[in-house]
Amino acid sequence: MLDALWLIPALCLAGACANLFLGTLRAPKAVVTVVGVGSVGAATAVAYAILWAYLQQPLAVVVKPYFTWISAGDITVNASLQLDPLSAVMTAFVTVVGLLIHVYSVGYMHSEGNAGFARYFAYLNLFMFAMLLLVLGSNLAVLFIGWEGVGLCSYLLIGYYYRQLWCAEAGMKAFVVNRIGDLGFLLAIFATLAAFGSLEFETVFPAAAADPASFGPEATVIALLLFVGAVGKSAQIPLYVWLPDAMAGPTPVSALIHAATMVTAGVYMVVRANVLFRLSPTAMLTVAVVGGVTALFAATIGLAQNDIKKVLAYSTVSQLGYMFLATGVGAWVAAIFHVVTHAFFKACLFLGSGSVIHACGGEQDMRRMGGLRKHMPTTYWTFLAAALSIAGIPIFAGFFSKDEILSRAYAAGASDLNGFGDAYRVLWTLALAAALLTAFYMFRVLFTTFHGSFRGPEEAAHHLHESPRSMTLPLVILGILSVVGGLVGLPGQLLHIEGLNLIDRFLQPVVIPLAEAGGHAADAAHAGHGLSLATEWGLVLGSVAAAVGGVLLARRFYLGAGAFVLPKLLAERLPLLHRVLLNRYWVDELYAWLIVRPVRALAGFCWRVVDELAIDTLLVNGAAFGVELAGDLARFTTTGNLRNYALMVLAAAVGIAALLW
Amino acid sequence: MNAELVPIPHTWVLALSAVLFAIGTLGVMLRRNAIAIFLSLEVMLNSANLAFAAFAYRFAAAHVAAAAALDGQIFIFFVIAVAAAEATVGLALFIALYRLKETIDVDRFNILRW
Repeated sequence: MLDALWLIPALCLAGACANLFLGTLRAPKAVVTVVGVGSVGAATAVAYAILWAYLQQPLAVVVKPYFTWISAGDITVNASLQLDPLSAVMTAFVTVVGLLIHVYSVGYMHSEGNAGFARYFAYLNLFMFAMLLLVLGSNLAVLFIGWEGVGLCSYLLIGYYYRQLWCAEAGMKAFVVNRIGDLGFLLAIFATLAAFGSLEFETVFPAAAADPASFGPEATVIALLLFVGAVGKSAQIPLYVWLPDAMAGPTPVSALIHAATMVTAGVYMVVRANVLFRLSPTAMLTVAVVGGVTALFAATIGLAQNDIKKVLAYSTVSQLGYMFLATGVGAWVAAIFHVVTHAFFKACLFLGSGSVIHACGGEQDMRRMGGLRKHMPTTYWTFLAAALSIAGIPIFAGFFSKDEILSRAYAAGASDLNGFGDAYRVLWTLALAAALLTAFYMFRVLFTTFHGSFRGPEEAAHHLHESPRSMTLPLVILGILSVVGGLVGLPGQLLHIEGLNLIDRFLQPVVIPLAEAGGHAADAAHAGHGLSLATEWGLVLGSVAAAVGGVLLARRFYLGAGAFVLPKLLAERLPLLHRVLLNRYWVDELYAWLIVRPVRALAGFCWRVVDELAIDTLLVNGAAFGVELAGDLARFTTTGNLRNYALMVLAAAVGIAALLW
Repeated sequence: MNAELVPIPHTWVLALSAVLFAIGTLGVMLRRNAIAIFLSLEVMLNSANLAFAAFAYRFAAAHVAAAAALDGQIFIFFVIAVAAAEATVGLALFIALYRLKETIDVDRFNILRW
């Protein structure tokens, strides 16, 4: 059964190729639907059959080499797939969330033309192929192919409505910003090859773990370069700017690529390379700082956005920051746990917002929504479940993963991890503040969209309707997963029950123990178990208080008779703060001024001066002009007079004779 | 040995050859009549023949080698043969030119210029 591992991505690729072909034929949507959803459905079925077979045997790393891809000198790179606990977890949720969003897309995209519909599903299937290749690849090179593949599909789908210039531009922005990160990743691959002579996970990581002392400096370089790649793909400061713009794509794409799966690839990659990160306290601290600061920074921007998808986009950036904070404090499993729960609740939120936008006829501004609860109850309840989950209200999935990250961050500060205790304590405070803001802005969205009365135009009010079955069904399933998804990671240590945390037990082999700490402080993998029970419960109460506080604050601000009074008052009292948040700290403008403008000036210089003046005018046309001029002058020697020629012959003969003298 | 029979030094012969060559060259340069130019060219060729003969004579007197002495004399026949061929082609050209312009003044033939 495990030999069929290649089928999982291959089925999606086959679907993509078939849909491209169907698109050129303008095939009816029913056929495209069968191929597009069917191929991913088949891949999901195969994936779960394989996972079932995998779980029947003792946990091990299964590597399936298929063929030699690159062979140069003593470097060999195989095209091979790998099944281990980490890729198993990733495959499990990527296929399910992907399938649900494919189903949802059938309803959401029904008003597209036949060719556009097929193009959409071809890209979406291609994305599934690349994403599964990314999580299943057994070396950095295969991972990189998947990494670039999802980036390509992201670009194609952001620019899906390419007739609108701003959508095409958003796609290009995503591609260009990602390229910065990809350069870091590529350098990390070369550095790994130089340091270890191999790219295989099963060769590199055990080698590094077995000899921590000698790979220290290399590990720092590789880990930081890998993190540059992760910062680009997973939209962290300073490269997060592409993700909010990526909302130009269709909403299911935002849910699948820009919330649930692709953007978490960076987290996956960091967790995959956890050995290298653990060897380098510097890299760990960098990851934690970037993650923690991003979590709070993006959350503050999310407070003041009026576009429902923009709020969710900044929320995604913020939650990704949480995941990186988790990896930065050594909570590898908690990071992946949050990736999974985040995939459930954020996909649900995005699909819910898509359902809302669908009902409002394409309107995305929350100021022209409101009171939708009556018209679309299914969307409301699933959105509520997901919002409670992301806010971190107990029992819901997000609570368990977020709480674990917060407590591990606190533990890192308390145990003075790697000697950076103060930094980690500050990061924990930032993360707690971000948790409060998350609860606040999510319920701001919920209250302004679904509660109160409809504020849109009169005619739009008549068209409000619940979405079709193909859209509500994925919503319900994802809503349920947002509620119960956390049960795989119950915090057993709080209740003194060993092994209650299934995902922790399952994923622990991914964190290969280091042979000797080799001068570094305590291995971060077990720092979380150093807290006393009272502290742990105190931390839980603290994070719950932050979540509830955020919800209550949102209720005071945006619900009931006094709705919107306080926010308006606050905006008037603190105009500077309001404008800063509304304009997203002017980061885009700063980048435009600091980077885009000089680059454009340089490009203009290269074009006008180097290319047009120096190369075209001086070198190319100049050479031609010089030859022409020389010919023009030289032709006057051809007088046609015989005795002139005789004189020239004589002069030449005399000249040669003089030369030979 | 008789005093009247003192051999002419080969350098004299070479000097004569150089003078003839200079006269021929000047003729080629200065004359406009194609036939006169042609005659001057023949003078130049024959001045070369004279130089060959002078060297053959010199090498024979110095007893360097019989072959070296013969080389110069044989070359003269080559030059005479080439000059004869050249005269044929040249005179044919002049006839063709005369038919075109009714003159053989070379200054009138300058249509192939810039």
